[in-house]
Amino acid sequence: MKIKDIQEEIVDEFSMFDDWMERYEYIIELGKKLPMIKEEFKTENNLIKGCQSKVWLQGEKKDDTIVFTADSDAILTKGIIAILIRTFSNQSAKDILDADMDFIDKIGLKEHLSPTRANGLVSMIKNIKMYALAFNTQN
Amino acid sequence: MLDINKIRADFPILSQKVNGKPLVYFDNGATSQKPQVVIDAISKYYQEINANIHRGVHTLSQLATDAYEISRGKLQNHINAKFAHEVLFTSGTTHGINLVANGFASILKPGDEVLVSALEHHSNIVPWQMLCEKTGATLRVIPMNEDGELIMSEYDKLLSDKTKIVTVNHISNALGTVNPIKYMIDKAHEVGAAILIDGAQAVPHLKPDVQELDCDFYVFSGHKMCGPTGTGILYGKEVWLNKLPPYQGGGEMIKEVTFEKTTYAELPHKFEAGTPNIAGGIVLGTAVDYMNEVGFENIQQQEKELLEHATSRLLEIEGLKIFGTAKEKTSVVSFNIEGIHPYDIGTIIDKLGIAVRTGHHCTQPIMTFFCIPGTIRASFAFYNTKEEIDIMVEAIKKAQLMLS
Repeated sequence: MKIKDIQEEIVDEFSMFDDWMERYEYIIELGKKLPMIKEEFKTENNLIKGCQSKVWLQGEKKDDTIVFTADSDAILTKGIIAILIRTFSNQSAKDILDADMDFIDKIGLKEHLSPTRANGLVSMIKNIKMYALAFNTQN
Repeated sequence: MLDINKIRADFPILSQKVNGKPLVYFDNGATSQKPQVVIDAISKYYQEINANIHRGVHTLSQLATDAYEISRGKLQNHINAKFAHEVLFTSGTTHGINLVANGFASILKPGDEVLVSALEHHSNIVPWQMLCEKTGATLRVIPMNEDGELIMSEYDKLLSDKTKIVTVNHISNALGTVNPIKYMIDKAHEVGAAILIDGAQAVPHLKPDVQELDCDFYVFSGHKMCGPTGTGILYGKEVWLNKLPPYQGGGEMIKEVTFEKTTYAELPHKFEAGTPNIAGGIVLGTAVDYMNEVGFENIQQQEKELLEHATSRLLEIEGLKIFGTAKEKTSVVSFNIEGIHPYDIGTIIDKLGIAVRTGHHCTQPIMTFFCIPGTIRASFAFYNTKEEIDIMVEAIKKAQLMLS
């Protein structure tokens, strides 16, 4: 599935919720299903700066795509990463670099996009794109 | 007794809704809200007397200068400083600490020691680390116990003739511990060391008497005591302020300038280079007047009741642990709930209109001591109510249900 289609699917899912509580409950549920990073990758190097909670993100090349795994010690943060991983994992570096981020706003998480918010969503996106950039230059 | 409804009406922001819910503001440790008199005084300054101070002969400049110096006098009275020129305007606590730490660079030698406490805010750690790097002095730490109290027997042991300055907060921002500063000041003086008290978290709750305390420096911020942001006070004993070199060079702080040599102005101007935050400095005086009008006895009574109510209500919550259980503490409750990250709780209760602080509170060494990533900190002011605490407790229970 293309990134754009996955984003639309996520927007559809979130449109079913009436209020923030249902949205957050869903994010918590997604967090519990996050593809877990291997313990060996929970290194200082893979730690994303700019979060109040700890976030580890690992990207690995698989054929022409990048596979992301992650973890966090905060469940809401895990849920947000799960949304990002569902969108960007198993995609090509070029597609990741070209993707836009409007869907975050559409699913009602706009406030988390603020660079001043210490949850590091902006840093997570940046790190995902950095992986893509690195793998793209290798090709 | 406070007429709490009357007090709350003084603070326009408190009647606001946040995320559709009435605001419950429990982040007073970070900054206090401002009463209408303070807000009005800021616009009054700009509307009526805005001019640069200590310079012009024109009437407005005189009016602004008078207002600024009257405010300095109010602050002098408030902390009972011996002289007005011992009361320096700063941009806040951090500025005051850096000014003193920087001045000590000309005093310290390799082998000298600087004592900080385990309870300090980063702003009372880092400037001293920088000072030690610059001078070759050693930074030593006064440890604390599990209740978040400094261990005085260890402090006694750390003090020696090598100790040149001790720096400690009056009240801990992360845990609310009230430190035995009178004891610490006397002990520091016994070995000939200077002592700086970081009063940032104390001045919203009490009125320090710097002469009775006999501290060498006492620093605090205006914005935590109902004043404007970017204001603060550094009190220093005359003898110390004369000994320390100027911090910044510029206008205002000089007596005479030639390209060969500059002589410095008298206190307090020696440390007040450049155009200061004139409006802020003047209005800080208004804030102090307001707090005194409310009365510190009333403030303490209200806050004591809030602390007791919050502590007992929060402990109803299963798995909740309070960090900072000192016998002497102010209206701050720092806590975590077993198995839940403080960030998750903070985010959800924000949606319910409740403002608390989550994270390490700029005190990473304290979090390391307790082996936790951070805490949720609810810090109360005299304008808070028990009903608001009940709302927070219910919100936390709701968040706990969602998150576990």
